[in-house]
Parts: sequence; C-alpha cells; structure tokens
Amino acid sequence: MAELDLWSMLFVFMLATFVGFQVIQNVSRLLHTPLMSLTNAISAIAIVGAIVVTGEEESTATTILGAVAVAASMTNIVSGFLITDRMLKMFRERERKP
Amino acid sequence: MIHGLTQLTYLAAAALFILSLRWLSHPKTARRGVAAGVGGMALAIIGTLFAPEIVNFSWIAIAAVVGIVIGVPLSWVPLTAVPQRTALSHAFGGLAAGLVGTAKYMIWFQHGELTPFRTGAIVLEIILGYLTFTGSLMAAGKLQEIVPTRPITYPNQNVVNLGLLAIAIGAGVYLTIDPYLPWAFAIVILLSLVFGVLLILPIGGADMPTVISLLNSYAGLSAVAMGFVLENKLLITAGALDGSSGLILSIIMCRAMNRSFTNVLFGAFGQVQAVAAAGEAKTAKSATPQDVGELLTNADRVVIVPGYGMAVAQAQHKVRELYDQLSKRGVDVKFAIHPVAGRMPGHMNVLLAEAEIPYDALVEMDDINSDLAQTDVALVVGANDVVNPAARHDKTSPIFGMPIIDVDKAKSVIAIKRSMNPGFAGIDNELYYLDHTLMAFGDAKQVLGDVVKAIAGESGGH
Repeated sequence: MAELDLWSMLFVFMLATFVGFQVIQNVSRLLHTPLMSLTNAISAIAIVGAIVVTGEEESTATTILGAVAVAASMTNIVSGFLITDRMLKMFRERERKP
Repeated sequence: MIHGLTQLTYLAAAALFILSLRWLSHPKTARRGVAAGVGGMALAIIGTLFAPEIVNFSWIAIAAVVGIVIGVPLSWVPLTAVPQRTALSHAFGGLAAGLVGTAKYMIWFQHGELTPFRTGAIVLEIILGYLTFTGSLMAAGKLQEIVPTRPITYPNQNVVNLGLLAIAIGAGVYLTIDPYLPWAFAIVILLSLVFGVLLILPIGGADMPTVISLLNSYAGLSAVAMGFVLENKLLITAGALDGSSGLILSIIMCRAMNRSFTNVLFGAFGQVQAVAAAGEAKTAKSATPQDVGELLTNADRVVIVPGYGMAVAQAQHKVRELYDQLSKRGVDVKFAIHPVAGRMPGHMNVLLAEAEIPYDALVEMDDINSDLAQTDVALVVGANDVVNPAARHDKTSPIFGMPIIDVDKAKSVIAIKRSMNPGFAGIDNELYYLDHTLMAFGDAKQVLGDVVKAIAGESGGH
C-alpha cells in the first residue's frame, strides 16, 4: 500500500468536504427535503464498488454480498433521483398578476 | 488504457455531482441539478462496467433489476411519507457500505492481502455502515409508527450504549493491529448492528429532523470510508458531499432547537414532561369554523404556521383552498416555516409545494418574526412546540431557549388542534390559554374544510 495514495485520498476528502460545505450552504431552505434525497442518490455511487465486488466472483459469499449491495444502491439511485425530481416539479412561483 | 477511461468517467462524474448540488441552490435551476446527478451516475456506472476485474455480469444485472423494481415504487410514496422513505434510503446506503466492506475483508483475508491500513478503513466502513443501517431502519419504523414513537428509555441507557460502541471500536482497533481475526471482525459487525438500534430507541418524534440529518451524514461518511477501502476517489468525493450536507442540516436543526448533538442523541427528549402535566386547570376559548372564517376574512394580514399535525391530517390541500379564498379577498397570506416543523428538514415546504402554494409565500422563521406584531391573525395548523411562548421565558420548560415563531405577538391567534392533549414532546402550551387565542378543535383537514365552506358560503349570500 503506497503511502502516497493515502495522502492523495485524504486531500480529495478534505477538498470535497470544503466544496460540499460551500455548495450546500447555498441551497435554499425551501429545498432541504429534495437536497437530502438528491445527496442520498449521489452517495449511492457506492454502487461502483459493489459492482466490482459482485463481478469479480471471488467466492459465492462475496458475490452474494456484492449483489445485495448493488440492489440496495440501485434502489437508492432510482428512487432518490425520481422522488427528487417529483418534488422539485411542485415548487412554483406565485403567478404574477397582469 | 481502460483504467484511464474509467478514471476519466469518474472525474466527469465528480464534477457533475458538484454541479448537481450547485444547481439545487434555487428552485429555478434545481431540476437541472437532478439531470446532472443522473448523468454523473450513468457515466460512472458505465465506466465501472469496463473494469477488467469483472468476469461475470449476470449477478450485477439481476441485482440492478431488483433495485429498479424496488426503487421505482418507492419514489411514488405520498409526500407525507417522505421522511420514512428518506430514512429507508439511508438504511440501504449504510447496508451497501457494510456489505461491500465485509466482502472486501473476506476477499483480502483469503488472499492474505489484509494490511493494517486496509483493515482500519474497513472497520470504519462497517461500523458506520451497519449502525446507519439498523439505526435508519429504526428511524423509518418510528416514522411509519411500526415501532413506538415515544422515546424508549431504561436505566443506564447511555452507559450501555457508549459501552457497546467502545467495545466495537476497541475490537476494531485490535483488528487493525492484527487483521487476521475473523471473530473480532464478527464482533465489530454485530455490535455496530446492535448499537444502531439502541441509538435510536430513546429518540422521540420531535427530534427526528436532527436524527435523520445525522444518519444522512453517517451514510455519507460510510461511503467515504468505502472510498478509502477501494482507493476510489469518486466515492470519497460523493461521500464527502453527502456527509457534509447531512452535517450542515444537523447543525441547522440543532440550532433551530437550541440543543447540542449530544443532547439530541443522549438527552431522551420527552422524558421530563411529567411535571408539566400537573399544571393548574386553565381554560381555553374555543371557536366555531364560522368564527374563524369571519376573523380571517376581516383581517388584512394573516400568517399561517403549519406543523406536523398538518401532515398527519393531510390537510395541505385544504390549507391551499383557504389560501385561495383569502387571497381572492385581498387578504395578504404568508406561511411561517420553522426549520424543525415536521419530521425532516424542509418537510413543510414540500407539502405546501405539493398543494401548489407558491414558494414565495413561504417565509423562514427569522424573517417572519418581525412581521408578526403587525399581523392580524396567526393561524396555527398542527404546530405546537414551535409556537410555545414558554420557550422564550419559562426556564423550567424543556424547550426553554428554542427559537420559536412568535405567533402570540399577532393581534389574534387561532390554533387548530385535535384536542387539548399536549403535543408530541408532551409539553403544555401556554399559547392556548392567552386572552387573544381561540382554539378550533378537530381534525385539521375537517376544520379547515368547514372554515373554507363558511367563507365561501358567506360570500355566496351577498
């Protein structure tokens, strides 16, 4: 395990956390429920790890564990993005009276 | 070559995820944010499928189909059930992290490739993953009212909980030093699962917004830990975005209740209220829907304060009818949104948006409070603790110091409530006994329906 990799990973973590704080502080409070469902769908990117574990077929046990993880992540991706969009469609401005 | 292409898709996906959250900053660009998120996800998945380690696609395909079959109906839930769905999705996120961590441990164990660094990262991943899994399932159960929603406490609860967590962490540290100990690995998993359940047992409904946000943060951090295990920078990035989002939301929720994290997690809110129940008999004035309609139509400025009761009664559409009737008569109607109203951050906003109430009529607590003295009628629909004036002056009240919406400063107050029973936190609300407060008893949907009928009928009689 190259030491360099650990440090570059820590750098990515640190920078992404700051970006996250900056970006999310700008999210309108109106949209905090959609925010939560959207970030939830995004963090289901864990599916990429699950896909590799499932596909490399090391043993039956790890393949099953991986497949369940793929299913759980996919559930979050699909339901997370769909419900976020469904909620966002409902937010509308007051119609300006002529 | 292939590796480079996969990394390129990951790089693009990370950028799209950041853009996705950026565009969520305003309702006008928010839907573009969803598109960016979907794009990033699709790219990353396609890039991963080209990974040379993958020898068999059939299980991946089957699992993906299962996920889609479960996920699509989950996105159709009524909006009042969104907190449960969110808790459930945190559970799935935690489960995925826990399972992948377990599988990686098994694979590296077999190959003799476990290093202290890898094991340490896996331990972090499985503790966070499994405790998020069971904790979120419990939270979802409480929100769905399958599990008792009142805080469940027992003697020395905090000692037991923290003791278990300490043992889990201790076993994890031991494992990091000496990775080839399957029994210690099993102990870490088991204790994390149990700890998740115990952590949520003492949490009451009023604290759910904070707890859901915290679990959100844990789910994100478990994805970060997974990124360290798999040396995958996209996972670290996406997990960090999710983790910081959850943390910001938790901080906002805690501030809105004037409480600390430790107090929320270990304070067992709702336990100290036996005292308040013994209060002297006070009388509240009640009003008929006709009275309410008359007061509202004669007002110039009305502020409506929705709470969890509105969600329970599914009364948001009746609120919209009332809003329409009053707006038509030239009454200025605004909605005051307390950050912790409901069961998750932003819960009220989504329900009111569902009822097609324009979002510019929804005003944050801090912005509306200065207007309340100039407000003719404040109408409280199913909110309780967030409008309790005791929070401002009664040092013995469990909610003392919590920022509230100052409805008692309005010229008159109407509170729609099922009965005089105290709210979820079990705290008596002195607002209901004030001279200028009128109580309209009954189911919020029913009462509002009658009020709307009374208003419409009156104008029809002209």
